[in-house]
Amino acid sequence: MIRTLLPYLKPYRRQAILGPLSIILEVILEINIPILMSRIVDVGIPNKDLSTVIITGLFMILMALCGMGAGVLSSKFSSEAGAGFASCLRGALFNRVQEFSFSNTDKFTTASLITRLTTDVTNTQNALITIIRMLMRSPVMLIGATFMAFSIDGELALIFLVAIPILAAAIFIISKMAFSRFEKMLRQYDNLNTIVQENLISIRIVKAFVRSDYEKGKFKNVNDMLMAASIKAEKVIIWNMPIMNLTVYSCIIAVLWFGGNKIIEGSMFSGALISFINYVTQILMSLMMIGMALTQLVLSRASVSRIAAVLTEEPDIEGADEENSPQVEDGSIQFRHVHFRYATNSDDILSDINLSIRSGETIGIIGGTGSSKTSLVQLIPRLYDVTAGTLLVGGRDVKEYGLKTLRSQVAMVLQKNVLFTGTIRDNLRWGNANATQEEIEEACKAASAHDFIMSFPDGYDTMLGQGGVNVSGGQKQRLCIARALLCRPKILILDDSTSAVDTATDASIREALRHSLAGTTKLIIAQRITSVADADRIVVLENGRIDGVGTHEELLKTNEIYRDVYTSQQKGVE
Amino acid sequence: MPPMRPMGKPAKPKDTKATIRRILSYMLRRKLLLLAVMIFVLISSLAGVIGTYMLRPIINDCILPMVEAQEKDFGPLIRMLSLMGGVYLAGALASYGQQRLMIQITQGTLNSVRRDLFNKLQDLPIRYFDTRTHGEIMSRFTNDVDTLREAITQGAVQLLTSGITIVSTFIMMLILSPVLTLLIIAMVFVMIRIVKFIGSRSSKNFRRQQKALGASNGYIEEMIEGQKVVKVFCHEEAVKTEFAGLNEELRQAATKANIYASVIMPIMGNLSYVTYALIAACGALLSIGGHLDIGSIASFLQYSRSFSQPISQISMLVNSLLAALAGAERIFEVIDQEPETDDGYVTLVNARRKEDGSLEECAQRTGLWAWKHPHHDGTLTYKELTGAVEFDSVTFGYEPNKTVLHDLTIMAHPGQKIALVGSTGAGKTTITNLINRFYDVPDGKIRYDGININKIKKDDLRRSLAMVLQDTHLFTGTVRDNIRYGKLDATDEEVERAARLANADPFIRHLSHGYDTQLSSDGGNLSQGQRQLLAIARAAVADPPVLILDEATSSIDTRTEHLIEQGMDDLMRGRTVFVIAHRLSTVRNADVIIVLEHGRIIEQGNHEELLAQKGKYYQLYTGQFELS
Repeated sequence: MIRTLLPYLKPYRRQAILGPLSIILEVILEINIPILMSRIVDVGIPNKDLSTVIITGLFMILMALCGMGAGVLSSKFSSEAGAGFASCLRGALFNRVQEFSFSNTDKFTTASLITRLTTDVTNTQNALITIIRMLMRSPVMLIGATFMAFSIDGELALIFLVAIPILAAAIFIISKMAFSRFEKMLRQYDNLNTIVQENLISIRIVKAFVRSDYEKGKFKNVNDMLMAASIKAEKVIIWNMPIMNLTVYSCIIAVLWFGGNKIIEGSMFSGALISFINYVTQILMSLMMIGMALTQLVLSRASVSRIAAVLTEEPDIEGADEENSPQVEDGSIQFRHVHFRYATNSDDILSDINLSIRSGETIGIIGGTGSSKTSLVQLIPRLYDVTAGTLLVGGRDVKEYGLKTLRSQVAMVLQKNVLFTGTIRDNLRWGNANATQEEIEEACKAASAHDFIMSFPDGYDTMLGQGGVNVSGGQKQRLCIARALLCRPKILILDDSTSAVDTATDASIREALRHSLAGTTKLIIAQRITSVADADRIVVLENGRIDGVGTHEELLKTNEIYRDVYTSQQKGVE
Repeated sequence: MPPMRPMGKPAKPKDTKATIRRILSYMLRRKLLLLAVMIFVLISSLAGVIGTYMLRPIINDCILPMVEAQEKDFGPLIRMLSLMGGVYLAGALASYGQQRLMIQITQGTLNSVRRDLFNKLQDLPIRYFDTRTHGEIMSRFTNDVDTLREAITQGAVQLLTSGITIVSTFIMMLILSPVLTLLIIAMVFVMIRIVKFIGSRSSKNFRRQQKALGASNGYIEEMIEGQKVVKVFCHEEAVKTEFAGLNEELRQAATKANIYASVIMPIMGNLSYVTYALIAACGALLSIGGHLDIGSIASFLQYSRSFSQPISQISMLVNSLLAALAGAERIFEVIDQEPETDDGYVTLVNARRKEDGSLEECAQRTGLWAWKHPHHDGTLTYKELTGAVEFDSVTFGYEPNKTVLHDLTIMAHPGQKIALVGSTGAGKTTITNLINRFYDVPDGKIRYDGININKIKKDDLRRSLAMVLQDTHLFTGTVRDNIRYGKLDATDEEVERAARLANADPFIRHLSHGYDTQLSSDGGNLSQGQRQLLAIARAAVADPPVLILDEATSSIDTRTEHLIEQGMDDLMRGRTVFVIAHRLSTVRNADVIIVLEHGRIIEQGNHEELLAQKGKYYQLYTGQFELS
C-alpha cells in the first residue's frame, strides 16, 4: 500500500533526505546542551571558575542557535517534500482518473473519487510531514538521549533497559488495538454521512410524507452508534499518556535513588544527575511524540489505502498505440453477435446484437425504459467494451484503433450532458479547439442555438456556471449538440438529446444535420417517434434485444412494439 | 500539526466570545463531569510542577548533606522519594481520569451538536435548502464538526493545562529565584514577538493556500463530475494541463503555509534552550556569588523547559482554534435558523359517521377522515376530508420583489384531475409547493375542503397529500422499506398491492432478492424509470385524498407509461390530482388543463376545448412551440 505511493516522493527525494538529516543535526546539538550544563554545575560552581561558566554558557547558546537553524531548515525541507508529494499524488490521481473508462469510474462513484482527490490527499500530505518531522526526530532523540545517558553513567542508564521495552510494548499494543476500533469508527462516519446526504437530497419527500420524526429517530440511532464507536476507540488511545507518564516518573525516582546514592558515595556529581534527569524528560517527550504520530498515521492509513486503490486500478479499456493506429476509414458500424453486461456477475444487458450500418446512414433507435439503448451506442466509441462478439467501425474492430483516433471520429451527445464553467465559446471549443468564429456560428445555427445565444447580452462570451446552470434544459441540449457538431465526426450519436426541445426545432435540427453532415453516420436515440420517423432505418430495442429494424412505414406494419409506441403518442393528435 | 481544512474557508470567527459561550453551554450540560475534569486537570498539572520542585529539597536536603555526613541516614531520602512517587502517581491517575472523562464530554457534546443540527435541518423551511448547495450543508456535518472536536479536545484542555502550568510554574520560579525569573520574562517577551511575527506570515500564507485548495478542489469536482464528457471529446490532455497549473500553484502555496506553520516548533524549542543556557550560566554565577544553591538551579532548569513549552503549544494552537471557532460559528448559524413556523390548529382525525349523518372522532382507522376544527367559543366541529382544493387570487414570489404567481384562481373539486402545463419557470411546481405549504402565501388564500390551509396543522395537511417528484431519490434500505415510506405501518400485502398498481411489481420480482433487495441512496442499481415506478408505489401506499404528480412519468417511456396507465387511473380514481407533465399525452385526459405563462393562467379548459381555442395549448400540442 505504502509502496504504491512511494514513487511520488521521488521528485522530492533531496528534501525527503535533507529534512531528516537536518533534524538529526538539530537533535545532536540539542542533546549536547544538558551535558554542557552539567559542566557548569560540576566544574564551574565548585571551582568558582567564572570563565568556564561564561564560555560554556556562550557555547551552549551558540549550539542552540545552530540547532534553530537546522530546525528551520528541516521545517523547510519537510514542508517542501510534503506539499510536493501531495501535489505529485494529486496530479497522478487526476491523470489516472482521466485514463479511467466509464466502468472504472462507475466502480468508484464520482463522489468517492472527489473525496479521494481532495480530503484523502490532504490527509496523506499531513501524514508525510508528521513522519518526517516527528517520526524522524523522536527516534533519533530517543537514541541520542539514551546514548548520552549511558555516557554519563552506564550503570544508572540500565534503568532505561527496563523502562523502554515496557513502554514500546505498551505503545505497540495500544496502537494495534486502536486501529481496528478507529476503522469501525470511520465506517460509522460513513453511515452518518449517508443519512444526512439522503435527507438533503430528499428533503421534499421527507416533508411531504411527514417523516421528520422518523428520520430524526434514524439519525439518532446512527449518531449514538458513532458516539459509542468513537468512545470505544479513544478509550484505548488515552492509555498512552498515563502509562508513559508513570514509566518516566518511575525512572526519575529510580534515577534519584540510585543517582543519589552514587553522589553520596562520591562516584557521581550533582550536575550530572540534573542533566541525566533532563535526558529522562527528553526520552519521555520523544516517546510521547512517537505515540501521537502513530495515532495520526493510524487515521491516515485509511486515506492512503483509498488513494492506492485508485492508483492501482487499471484502466480496463486501453486503446491501440496512437502512432500506429489506422485511421477510421468511414462511418460504417457493424455489430456481430454483441453481448454486453456492466459487471461480470450481472445479467446480459444486451444480447446477441447483429446490426450493420452503412456509412452516412441515419439510424433511429427506439425502445422502452431499461431496453439498453444507451448501452448499445456507448459501445461504439468504446466507452465500454463488448463482453462478447465484435464491433466494427469503419470496417475494423474498434480495439484496433487508438482511443483518441476512434473517439475523435465518433462524436456523442450524452443523455446526461454537462457544460463546464467558462464562456459559451469555451464550451463549444471542446469540440474543436481551433474552431473559428464562423465555424462555431455555423454549428450553432445547425443546432438551432445561434439565435438564443445572440439574445444574451454577452452572446458567445456569456459565462456559464458549473453544469451550465444558467441556461434552460432545451438550450443546454442544443449547445451540447453544437459542441459535438464542431468535431466534424464520421459518426454522430445523439442520445435522447432533444427531449427538452420542441418538435419544430427538433425537426429543423435534423434537417440541418442532413445537409451539413451529409456523409456522417447518425444514430439518434429518442422517446418521440417523430424524432426518428424520417430516419433511413429505425431499430426497435426491447429488453436488450433487437426486436425489429426497418423504416417507419415497415415497422408500423410489422412491429407490434413500434406500433404500440406510435399509437400511444399519436392518440389525440388527429 | 498545521491543520488543513480541505473545503472550509479560512474565515475568522465573527463573534468569538459568543461562540465560545455557546460551545461551553453544550459542555455545561455535563456539569459534574466538567467539574471533575477541572479538578483532574488541576491535580495533574500541579503534580507536574510540585514533582519538579521536589528536585530541590531532594538534592539540597537529602543527597548533598549526606556526602559529607558520617552517619548516613537514608530515611529522609526515602521519605522524599516516596512522597515524590505519590505526587507523580496522583498526577498520572488524574491525567488518565481527565482524558477518560473528556472523551465522554467531547463525544457527548458532538453527539448533541450533530443531533441539534440534524433536527434543525428537519424543521427548516424548504426555502433554506433552495438557497444552499448540499455540499455546503454537508460540510457542517463533516468539516465543521471535526474542527469543533479539535477545539474541544485540544483547545479546552490544552489551554487549561497550559494556563495552570504557566501560572504555577511562574509562582514556583519566583519563589526559587526572582532574578532568574526576570531573565525568563525577558526571554518570553522575545518569544512572543517572534510568534506574532511568524503567526501573521503564517495566516497570510494559510489564506493563500486555502484559496488555491478551493480552486483546485473545485476543478477536480467539476471535471470528475463531467468526466464522461471529457472522455467523449478526448479532452483528457487539455484537462490534465489545466489541472497541472492549478496543482502547481497549490503546491507553492501549501509549501509556504506549511513552512511557516511548522517552523514555530524548532524556533521555540531552541529558544528555550537559549533560555536554558542563560539560566545555567547566570544561575552558576549567582551560585558562585553565594546567592543560589544547586538544588534550586536543578529545579529552575526543569521549570524553564516546562514554562516555554506551553507557550509554544498555545502559539501552535491559535490558528487551529480560530478555524475551529469559525466552524463552530457556522454550525450555530444553522441551528439558529428560524424553523418552519406552524400555527395551524385544525387537525386531521379518524372519523366515524353517526346515525344522524354527522361525524365523530374515533381512535381506530376507519378510512374516513375528518378535519377537527376548534372554535373560539370552545366548540368543536368536524368536516369530512374530501380533497377540494381552491386557489383564491393567490400571488406569490420566492423573493419579495420577484413575483412568480400572479393573482391565480383555481378550483379543484374532489376527484378532479387538474393538469398544469407551461414552460420551465411558468410556476407549475410553485403551485404544488404552495398546496403542501412548503412556502406560505402572503396574498390570497388557498382553501382545502373550504378551510384556509394556514389554519391546518402542517403535518396533518401534508399527511392528506402525496407527492411523486421528477427526481425520485430513494433511501438506503430494501425496496419494501422504500415503498413503505408512504405509510410506515403498511403490511407486506399493502406494499405489494401498491407496487402492482404502479406496475413496479414485475421488475421488483426480477431483482436478485425481490422486495428485499437492498437499494443504495442514489439507486445506482435501478434505472431512472424504475425509480419513478417505485416512487409512484410509495405514493400509492400512502392512500391520500390528494395526489401531486410533478413530472412523475418523465423518465418512463411512453410505452411503459401506457402500460401503467391502467394503474395510474386506478390510483387517481376518487382523488383530487394535480399533474405536471412535459409530455402532453400524459395530461390529455385531465378534467381541467391549466396553461401557465410567467405565473399567469393564460388558458384553462379540457383538452378538446383548448384545442378548439387554437391558442397556446394548440401550438404546444402540435409541436409549434417549445417547452423548456
